[in-house]
Amino acid sequence: MMKSIVITTTINKRKHELEVHPNTTLLDLLRDELGLTGTKRGCEAGECGACTILMNGQAVNSCLVLAPQIDGQEILTIEGLADGDKLHPLQESFLDHDAVHCGFCTPGMLMSAKSLLDRNASPTELEVRTAISGNLCRCTGYQQIVDAVLETEPVKRET
Amino acid sequence: MHQQIPHESAALHVTGEALYIDDLPSSPSLLIGRVVYSPYAHARIVSYDLTKAREAPGVVAVLSAKDIPGHNQMGPVVKDEPCLAAEGVTFIGQAVFLIAARTDAQCRAAEKLIDVKYVPLEAILTLEEAIAANNLLGPPRRMQRGDVEVALGSAPHVLKGELRTGAAEHWYLETQAALCVPGEGPEMTVYSSSQNPSETQKLVAEVLGVKKKDVVVEVRRIGGGFGGKETQGNHVACWSALLCRATGCPVKIRLFRDEDMIMTGKRHRFLTRYEVGFDDQGKLLGVKFELNSDAGAATDLSFAIMERAMFHCDNAYYVPAIDVTARVWRTNLPSNTAFRGFGGPQAMAAMETVIDRVARYLHKDAAEIRQANFYGLEQDNVTHYGQVVENNRLHTIFDQLMKSSEYAARRKAVQEFNAANEFWKKGLALTPVKFGISFTTSHLNQAGALVNIYSDGTVLVNHGGTEMGQGLHTKIQQIAATELGISIDRVRVNATNTSKVPNTSPTAASTGTDMNGMAVKHAVETLKDRIAECVAALFNERDPSAVHTAKGDCCFESDVIFDSRHPERRIGFAEAIPQVIVRRVSLSATGFYRTPGIGWDKTKGVGTPFRYYAFGMAVSEVLVDTLTGAMTLLRTDILHDAGDSINPGIDTGQIEGGYIQGLGWCTTEEIKWDSAGNLMTHSPDTYKIPTAKDIPIDFRVTLLEQATNPNAIYGSKTVAEPPFMLGLSTWMAIKDAISAVANHTVEPEYALPATNEVILLSIEKLRNMMKVNASEPVHA
Repeated sequence: MMKSIVITTTINKRKHELEVHPNTTLLDLLRDELGLTGTKRGCEAGECGACTILMNGQAVNSCLVLAPQIDGQEILTIEGLADGDKLHPLQESFLDHDAVHCGFCTPGMLMSAKSLLDRNASPTELEVRTAISGNLCRCTGYQQIVDAVLETEPVKRET
Repeated sequence: MHQQIPHESAALHVTGEALYIDDLPSSPSLLIGRVVYSPYAHARIVSYDLTKAREAPGVVAVLSAKDIPGHNQMGPVVKDEPCLAAEGVTFIGQAVFLIAARTDAQCRAAEKLIDVKYVPLEAILTLEEAIAANNLLGPPRRMQRGDVEVALGSAPHVLKGELRTGAAEHWYLETQAALCVPGEGPEMTVYSSSQNPSETQKLVAEVLGVKKKDVVVEVRRIGGGFGGKETQGNHVACWSALLCRATGCPVKIRLFRDEDMIMTGKRHRFLTRYEVGFDDQGKLLGVKFELNSDAGAATDLSFAIMERAMFHCDNAYYVPAIDVTARVWRTNLPSNTAFRGFGGPQAMAAMETVIDRVARYLHKDAAEIRQANFYGLEQDNVTHYGQVVENNRLHTIFDQLMKSSEYAARRKAVQEFNAANEFWKKGLALTPVKFGISFTTSHLNQAGALVNIYSDGTVLVNHGGTEMGQGLHTKIQQIAATELGISIDRVRVNATNTSKVPNTSPTAASTGTDMNGMAVKHAVETLKDRIAECVAALFNERDPSAVHTAKGDCCFESDVIFDSRHPERRIGFAEAIPQVIVRRVSLSATGFYRTPGIGWDKTKGVGTPFRYYAFGMAVSEVLVDTLTGAMTLLRTDILHDAGDSINPGIDTGQIEGGYIQGLGWCTTEEIKWDSAGNLMTHSPDTYKIPTAKDIPIDFRVTLLEQATNPNAIYGSKTVAEPPFMLGLSTWMAIKDAISAVANHTVEPEYALPATNEVILLSIEKLRNMMKVNASEPVHA
């Protein structure tokens, strides 16, 4: 067994000091050790996007990040997207557009969409489709998700 | 009712709070289960030694078939599927041993210590090999009407050919998973990702050697099913249950993606041979189909799937003389299983190929041939199995969609584009779907519900259906709230649980809302009757001098119960409920529904297997790069009949999703096995389901208006499976583009899925033929 490493990181705006094994993925750390099960295990190969989280604002597959890599970094998961009881405009828009079916892809989809809107407040439809093209959904046919992202109220986008 | 309200769990999904099996809070004694599977497609197990694995760190149990306390059997219909392989293995991915340990890493380490010796045997891995070896899974079946030989013999034109349609992986986002928690004595609670909790309960009880009363199966939600968890969710539940029983600890098994893809069954591959006779106008006179399906290693639902294929080989077309022969073949691959459409898509692909070939042969637009052959409204409206196509909306949908999609103008534009471009070709196609709704196994058409009203005026609804993203629970919530005249937030739909509603049918065959919705409605009607009686008595007691309120006068609306003749006599719903309790009247009721008017004689092949038909059509336009085979989906217009939709937002989404799933099956989703029977496409990096960039650039989906369905709850119509088959419009549009390479004079080679490779090879072949036959047009 490799020696564990102590890291400090910010997860959903809370500072953590964690002792992690070097071969633990960020996905497993979030789910198994921190109980943040909103981030889903879909393929564990970086292909389906169900485990997408934001690392310093950038959407990444947490199954491809090793826990020590988040030392000193800022992590946002689906659990940190809403502001307390106040949903993020993207979350509201997903509800309004029926963009949620089985829901398993939803957290990852939202994180990819947030990463896009933070960079580009008025994306084109093609830009939205591209931004979520690494997030597989088997239920919706994507259009309702794309519409939800496109029609997220721009005024409310800053968080 | 008939409102766009969000999915009942959507608020939990967008915050990540919604719980799937793998998210359930774990107890410190939780063990992780792992399945050790066969590396051979066909082999005898000579010997094995589990001693070292059992002694490995963290390992609590290692089980083989010998350790199963009950029946080593999981076949849902025919008992031909062992829970754990005993003497031999019949496909790669078949479960042989089970390991439970503290961690997954410990399980994997222990797996390496299992010493097992196999003697490989000859394996059958393709339909061709199975047919050559006459490896039938059961007797062939036949359905026929008229004399097809006479029809073909006298037809002005006859064409014949064959079509291959590929397997497909369900690719539910949540892989197969189960968590088993031991109780007292023989009790066990199974949290399962199963579309069929009652069958999961039955099989878990059987492998454990206990009774169904001892096993509770609960399904909160499923992260996508699509048929893949109708029978094959049972396996993971049974394996977890065995480890749970052996260790006395809670055990969770969640298959890793690649293992899920390797171990579980797919959509059945089909090889279909056809022969069609038709007249100069393209009217079909006779069609002969020979359907062959690859069942894989065990029966699973293969015969029911083939039966549905036989029912749907006509798709939307009246064929006076028809002869369908069907054979289900056994191979050494995982047992293929239910997948949205359940044999319908495979058969419809063949029929659409027939229509397409007739059109090309006669130099007519395929849409015209389709229209000419649609089932009639008054005549030519009986299927080959004797069911009348009632409330036929094919003609209405066709007329509306041809207009709204501007088909004629776009056909002209496509022709002009193709005449002007040598290396880019466009294709356009309309395809219909007519899909029969009901389980063809008639006794499955039943559903139950249990509705409880609590003293605070809130309502908990239990029913037999499972929520897998299709919005069933949302529609059920709407139905219960509407019937009780209360706001939707007073109603909660409980996790599906075998201890609440017993002996349920799977959530399958597109019947979830139709059947469970009616069962819930019946339960609520019982409760309303009881409440009304109490409320009427209350009104009369409070004001004895005034007119009499009978229970039939009581109306339930806007969270109030009132006398419809004297609306001043009123009481809030939540206020009324304690009054009912004080009067010692039960506020818990069951409801039951059996689909009426269906019946079907399997031996004669005649009857009314379906309660009604669902209809829809799609027009798709594609652009093909003839030098690479790359395809771009430019635009798709869908007009679909959802009756008076209970929830248009959910239904529209399901139609879009069904179409895109069908698109995947028709284009990019290619399953390949190597010559030893290993699945080569066992990961999302090699198996490509559609992404957001694969959907039509311009995607227009509309629900048919004024489409009340007299045969389902609130005039609605199921969506579920039928839109999947609209994906065939893309497949046909691609063929149209390929065909343009030879100016529609030659029948292109074609298969399903039409991968870029299939497209390119077909185009290359056309080009070569054009070179050889430069002077004369050819009909294949």
